[in-house]
Amino acid sequence: MNSTTVRNLLVRGMLAGLGAGLLALVVAYFLGEPHVDSAIGFEEAHSHEHEMEVVSRSVQSTAGLATGVLVYGVAFGGIAALAFCFAMGRVGRFSPRATALLLSGCALLTVYVVPFLKYPANPPSVGDPDTIGRRTGLYFLMMLLSVLLAIAATLLGKRLAPRLGTWWATVLAVAAFAVVIGLAYAFLPVINEVPKEFPATLLWQYRLSALAIQTVLWGGFGLLFGELAERLIHPKSAESVAERAVPAAH
Amino acid sequence: MAQHVAQPPATTPVVPAELPLKEIAPWAAFFGVLMLVLLYFVGAEQGATSVFNGTDVHEWVHDARHLLGFPCH
Repeated sequence: MNSTTVRNLLVRGMLAGLGAGLLALVVAYFLGEPHVDSAIGFEEAHSHEHEMEVVSRSVQSTAGLATGVLVYGVAFGGIAALAFCFAMGRVGRFSPRATALLLSGCALLTVYVVPFLKYPANPPSVGDPDTIGRRTGLYFLMMLLSVLLAIAATLLGKRLAPRLGTWWATVLAVAAFAVVIGLAYAFLPVINEVPKEFPATLLWQYRLSALAIQTVLWGGFGLLFGELAERLIHPKSAESVAERAVPAAH
Repeated sequence: MAQHVAQPPATTPVVPAELPLKEIAPWAAFFGVLMLVLLYFVGAEQGATSVFNGTDVHEWVHDARHLLGFPCH
C-alpha cells in the first residue's frame, strides 16, 4: 500500500461519481423537471413582473441541469473516495465493497437527508429572494453540522466498541447523533416561505423527486465505487469471483 | 457425490489494510478543497455570495441547484 493507492481510489471515486451523476441525471430529467416546469408556471401566473431570460428554459433543463448534476456527482465522488481512504479497514470488518456501500448510505443520510428534514428542497417560486443569504447559510450550516456529528459519532462508536461490543456501541453512537441533531432541529430557526396558494401536491411531489435523485446518486455511487475499489484492492478475489461465475453461464 | 462438493475458495484477506493517515492527508487537503469549490459553484455562486459578477453561473445551473436541494432564490 502506498500513496498511489490513495490517488487511484480518488480517480475511481470521481469516475464513479460521474457514472452515478449520469444515473441521477436521468431521474432528475424525467422525474424532477416536470415539477420544476409546473412550479415556474405557477410563478408566472402569480407574478406581474417579467424577468429577462439570461439562459433559456430549454437549456436550463438539459445542458444546465446536466452540468450541475454531473459536477455535483464528480465532486462528491472525490470527497467520498477520500473519506473511504480514511474509513477502509478502520470502521469494522468490512470488505472494500461493503465499506463503500456503507459509506454511501451514511453520506446520503448525513449530507442530504438530515439537512433536508429541516430545510427541504424548494421548487421555483417557493422562497423569498431577499432571504437567500440567510437560507443558504442555514442550509450549509445544517450540512456541516450533520457531517461533523456523523464523524464524531463514528469515533465515539469506535471508542465504545471494546467495552460494549460492536452492536451496542453502534446503537449508542447513532442515538447520540440523533439526539444532537434533534437539538439542532429544535434550536435552528424555522423557514416557511411557501406562497399561500402554491399547490400542496406539487410541493411534496417535487420534494420526493429531489429525494429520489439523491437516493439514486448515492446508491449508484456506492455500487460503482465499491466494485472499482474491490478490484483495485483485492484484484485476485474479484477475478476469482468472475472465474467462478463463468461455469454457471453454461 | 463427495468429490463434487465445491472447494472453499482460496482465503483472501476480506478486510483491507488501513491506509496510513499521513499518506491520505495531502490528497485530502488539496482535492478536498478543490471538490468543495466545485460544490460551491453548483450550490451557491451568484446566489447568497458572488465570485463573478452577473447571473450567468446561477442561471446555467438553476435547475440542478433547485433539484439538488440547495436554496436558489
